[in-house]
Amino acid sequence: MSIEPESISGIAQLARLHLSDDDGERYSRELSAILTFVEQMNEVDTAGVAPMAHPLDLTQPLRADTVTESDRREEFQANAPAVRDGLYIVPKVID
Amino acid sequence: MAWEAVVGLEIHAQLATRSKIFSGASTAVGAEPNRQACAIDLGLPGVLPVLNEVVLRMAVMFGLATNATIAPCSIFARKNYFYPDLPKGYQISQYESPIVEHGELEVEFDDGSTKCIGITRAHLEEDAGKSVHDLFPSETGVDLNRAGVPLLEIVSEPDMRSAAEAVAYMRTIHSLVRYLGICDGNMEEGSFRCDANVSVRRSGDSALGIRAEIKNLNSFRFVERAIEYEVARQIEILESGGSIIQETRQYDSVTGETRAMRGKEEANDYRYFPDPDLLPVELQSDYIDRVRDGIPELPAAKTQRFMSQYGLGRRDARRLTLSPDTADYYEAVVRASGQPKLAANWITTDLAAALNRDGLEIYRCPIEPTELAALINCIIDGTISGTMAKKVFAAVWRREGDPISIIEKQDLSQVSDPETIDNLVDQVLASHPAQVDQYRAGKTKLLGFFVGQVMKITRGQANPEMVNHALHRKL
Repeated sequence: MSIEPESISGIAQLARLHLSDDDGERYSRELSAILTFVEQMNEVDTAGVAPMAHPLDLTQPLRADTVTESDRREEFQANAPAVRDGLYIVPKVID
Repeated sequence: MAWEAVVGLEIHAQLATRSKIFSGASTAVGAEPNRQACAIDLGLPGVLPVLNEVVLRMAVMFGLATNATIAPCSIFARKNYFYPDLPKGYQISQYESPIVEHGELEVEFDDGSTKCIGITRAHLEEDAGKSVHDLFPSETGVDLNRAGVPLLEIVSEPDMRSAAEAVAYMRTIHSLVRYLGICDGNMEEGSFRCDANVSVRRSGDSALGIRAEIKNLNSFRFVERAIEYEVARQIEILESGGSIIQETRQYDSVTGETRAMRGKEEANDYRYFPDPDLLPVELQSDYIDRVRDGIPELPAAKTQRFMSQYGLGRRDARRLTLSPDTADYYEAVVRASGQPKLAANWITTDLAAALNRDGLEIYRCPIEPTELAALINCIIDGTISGTMAKKVFAAVWRREGDPISIIEKQDLSQVSDPETIDNLVDQVLASHPAQVDQYRAGKTKLLGFFVGQVMKITRGQANPEMVNHALHRKL
């Protein structure tokens, strides 16, 4: 299976990655090779095998509905590039 | 040829839990920004989400109440997109194997007709944070208190054929989630909101037209207006030879119009995949049975019971069972008064009007059920007339006292003493000899005049039935 450079730029856009045209060519080649490798899996007969949602053969533990977290806003916000009036500040976003 | 509207709704109901869906941070409203956003909600490295057991139970309750299939094994998925109020770069949601599928709900319309609306699926997900655009001129502020709040997204089949049907369906879901106690239904705070998928087609066509999705409608009125506007807009485009574009639109409640949202289209590829941080959720049938045992009496069953137990008409029974609070209030009044019909009348007319006028929910009603019952008993035993009762009601509403003390204080009790009434009637007849002659000559319409005179003397407090009776006897 091959992946075209145009698809690469679409995927990069979704992941917010900036790629040059050269990068596009290279990723197209490398990702195509990876997909071709993975495609060998299609040769295995998986009829009767349930799709696997998780590699661990365990089920989800549950927690009680109680408030266990305290307010650590000051600690968390010390890591943020910009904070004002308790809000995290980002460049203007318009819907 | 006529056009037909096709509508499906995606309703987001915020689940009424104390803590978030995957963390132990509080969901209480009104906190200062970011005081209830913990490391898990912020998506800091190394954290692990763990599912809240109450969230799971609430979703199962909803599924059981809508005759849906509860998935024996359900999985969580990552929905990937970038937005500043989504710290992880993905929202934990469900894609394949949602917890609830293939449900249905019978919806009753104002004219009494009913329709069964299909529920495609209901899945669990976390809410995003809130972006504040209007506080700073050139920056956006982000409050992540809401990030991780549990939501149940309820997706209907495109089974509705008008804005009115869509609103009736939404009201039925709203009533149901409040009965189940899984959502507070507060639309102003955004606890219950919906997206509407709207398309039109020629009547008789079976294929669906191209749809537009109207985002974030948070009142029944907005849902109705937005759909009506959108249907008209699409018909106009199609009739003038144009075609509909599949897009996301926003409703402007000021102009009553919908308009295309910018920038959302190109990224409409969420690349869902199973979240490796969360294991599959397995539900045993004995767990589901235990949840089923905990489901309270639901609106449809309560309506039936009110009709048979209290002899109410369908319309009144439905109005009284729309919210569990109203139904409880009604039953408290009936218990205290023993008057199911009068209790229904007062609650659906005077009480409903007063609540509506003052913008109050019934749980904040200034009149206690026992007080309304006392008022009703005063009408039944003849202490006050129906007209006086309305005055007493208004005074109790203003908290001037309880009904009995108001009746005593303002001397509103009805004149029901036969002797007094006889004397009053004699007095009126004696002072209007001309009218008495006319009446006796056949002008029986004058009866109302005499009643009016007696009422004038007693400031409306004479028992009208007894006055009528006495007049008939004496004329």
